[in-house]
Amino acid sequence: MKQKTQKKKTSARKNSAHKEAVPRDISILLAGQAGQGIMTIENILTHVLKREGFAVFATREYMSRVRGGVNSTQIRIATVPVAAPVERVDVFVALEAQTFERYCTRLTADTIVMGDEQVVRACDCSAACAHALTIPFREIANEVGRSVYANTVAAGALLALLDISLDVARDVLRALFAAKGERVVTDNITALERGYKHGSHTAFMHDTYVGLARSVHADDTQVFLAGYEAVALGALAGGVDFCTSYPMSPSTGVLTYIAQHGKECGVVVEQATDEIGAANMSIGAAYAGARPLVTTSGGGFALMEEAISLAAMTETPLTIHIAQRPGPATGLPTRTAQEDLNLVLHAGHGEFARAIYAPGDVAEAFAVTQRAVDVADRYQMPTFILTDQYFMDSLAMAPEEAFAFAPVAKHIVETDHAYQRYALTKDGISPRGVPGYGEGLVCADSDEHDESGHITEDFAVRVAMADKRYARLKALKKEALMPTRSGARGAKARVALIVWGSNKAVAQEAVRVSGRDDITVLHFAQVYPLNPRIKTTLKKFATIAVMENNRRGQFADVLACEGLCTVDVRITKYNGAPFTVEEVVDRIARL
Amino acid sequence: MLNQSLANTTFDMPHETDVAWCPGCGNFPILRTVKAALADAGVDRQTLTLVSGIGQAAKLPQYLKCNYFNGLHGRALPVATGIKAANPQLTVVVTSGDGDVYGEGGNHLIHTIRRNPDITVLVHDNMIYGLTKGQASPTSEEGLVTPTQPRGVYVDPINPLALAISLDAPFVARTSAGEPQHMQQIIAQAIAHKGFSLVDIFQPCVVFNKTNTYQWFKEHTYIFDESEHDPTDRTAAFTRATEDTRYGLGVFYRTDTRAVFEKEIGVYDTDDRPLYRRTPRTATVKALLAMKR
Repeated sequence: MKQKTQKKKTSARKNSAHKEAVPRDISILLAGQAGQGIMTIENILTHVLKREGFAVFATREYMSRVRGGVNSTQIRIATVPVAAPVERVDVFVALEAQTFERYCTRLTADTIVMGDEQVVRACDCSAACAHALTIPFREIANEVGRSVYANTVAAGALLALLDISLDVARDVLRALFAAKGERVVTDNITALERGYKHGSHTAFMHDTYVGLARSVHADDTQVFLAGYEAVALGALAGGVDFCTSYPMSPSTGVLTYIAQHGKECGVVVEQATDEIGAANMSIGAAYAGARPLVTTSGGGFALMEEAISLAAMTETPLTIHIAQRPGPATGLPTRTAQEDLNLVLHAGHGEFARAIYAPGDVAEAFAVTQRAVDVADRYQMPTFILTDQYFMDSLAMAPEEAFAFAPVAKHIVETDHAYQRYALTKDGISPRGVPGYGEGLVCADSDEHDESGHITEDFAVRVAMADKRYARLKALKKEALMPTRSGARGAKARVALIVWGSNKAVAQEAVRVSGRDDITVLHFAQVYPLNPRIKTTLKKFATIAVMENNRRGQFADVLACEGLCTVDVRITKYNGAPFTVEEVVDRIARL
Repeated sequence: MLNQSLANTTFDMPHETDVAWCPGCGNFPILRTVKAALADAGVDRQTLTLVSGIGQAAKLPQYLKCNYFNGLHGRALPVATGIKAANPQLTVVVTSGDGDVYGEGGNHLIHTIRRNPDITVLVHDNMIYGLTKGQASPTSEEGLVTPTQPRGVYVDPINPLALAISLDAPFVARTSAGEPQHMQQIIAQAIAHKGFSLVDIFQPCVVFNKTNTYQWFKEHTYIFDESEHDPTDRTAAFTRATEDTRYGLGVFYRTDTRAVFEKEIGVYDTDDRPLYRRTPRTATVKALLAMKR
């Protein structure tokens, strides 16, 4: 992609240069060791920039360790909403020399590199470091009081480079460090100001700065949140009142968020001692009338499989969120993948109905999480939300009005003395009683059972019950979410680029910037069951390409297997990193 | 036959039931006694919820008039914990076997005792796997020859009482299917005790365990009471639980000091309604979302 960052070679004052060729989109990469406070810089910058009226997006990649290594955050600042990673790096802030080794290939002559002198000196990518802005982050931090303030110094210098005043930044710092005491607040503000002053001077001396036009999109009607927060808030909005889980990256954020706010929202939150216990505890709670959410990742979910089968057999509502990461086994614990669709699709022994959702953005995550818990309740069966590390750890903006609160209904009846938990009905769904509510008794059994819930080996009853558990699939298909469309419309639309889950924004942006007017992006926020009407939609395309973060093309298989289309091209990526806009532009060029 | 003399209580099934236990099975006196103990304790049928795993003992809830959740092998305890946490007004009793609670569900036993929900766990301990036809269980004694242990069991049996006492379980007792009156008293105390109550119930398996018979249990057990054993003395309880020539029947350990799980989780501090009676706090969630502006 063409470098859009503007560098002035004249000694013109910064403010006078803003008029011409103002970039619409800046990509900043902050890199350092785990524990150096990159997330704090990200926090300060994103909130300041959002409040200054820019569209902001941030995505993190980090190693599976607590200290050391190389972690980074990419922040995109734009005048139109963006929500996808780009390869391009306009500004590179290095807190550690090792970072160059990892990110060198992404730095070009147009990249502005910023860092401590001894850090920047380690850079051997000469093109990029020729114009390096050296700022003594650590020295300034030590002068302020402690070396840990180096990240705040860097944030100040970056704000100077971006020509953003410190008014908002001071407020953000106050809010961020209030709990740590006045000293920490004032020290951080001093560090920020010193960084700003130094950054401002250095940028001036190098005639280097970055300017951006203000956005009309970003203001107080926009919310800015991480994928894990969107899922957690969706669960709370959907009436989830019970959350037992076992920590596992990258899903833990959801558990942490619900734990932090559990009491005020009336949610029972318990860190289970293993995934099997987490799932079974939630099933017990749901049997007694709760609306549970369990959050985990692939390995943890694999341990829950028998419980999924139990939820299906006992017709107990259960929603499980799975934040995917590359496997098999422990795989890459802090990286991203869409490898567990097959696992979730087939999880649990025996045959039964289920529904699987895969949100593509924060507002959609909020919506489909509500839907997943509601469908689990209405259909009395397991439902799943599939996200991934990239989605969990990315922060994106969306209009607050896009976060709709659907009404929460309990779908629970008061029982009478003749109540039968598994009464046969036309649609296979029996009225759901809970123990202690009404005159009836609620008998649930993991053995095959009759209508009253008691064990039976009667073949006719067995068949009736197996049909009952499967019958709901018909209604589920009918109400399955249709894919959202963007890009080419009407007769021009020749190619369908099908994506699911977190690849929504990257596919949409890639098609937009590629200028291709014959590609339609179809994003599936529900990947099972599929609405039969999709077949008519897909028939209109000459080429069907399915893009996903796994090796085999698992969703392509589902589409083919369900008889909805023939997949012509499988675009896959499975190295643990998400697709970037440039990569997708390149991959779709051949379609 | 023991199964012909089931006591007439509010928990009786309204009709003849095809019981899957063998004639003479130790589960019959346990079933009869459980029903009598529940009736005596005045437990309300509508709020009683039995939970079990898989195995012959785990079928007990089938034969009572009650709410029940018959789940997976080994997983009764997390299910019971979830039920109690979602509705603390329910009386939750787990009835399962030694293989279920001490073997497959061993991890859950440890951590459920730590968590300490107010539930009662009745373990039908017949020292054998019955439903899978006679393999060793975690409580089988060394030397027991079975189809899968042809040279005899060489693994030490688990000591569930010592384990529970080491974890400071609030109520730890043992009784025997051969002592119905004693069993009834113990079960009643266990249900009444706040917090996690473990009752290990010695039970013969008349088909597969030819060693630990009614006669064997009679010869190898003795009943003790509080005049000879102070159940609040944890060290004494541990000593008695580790006796291995004759096994004591009675309350080994009792404590009132442990906080109960469903009280600790915070959502019942000012509102004792079960979760299903509540409405979502939409305004709070909206405020949380607004914080993301």
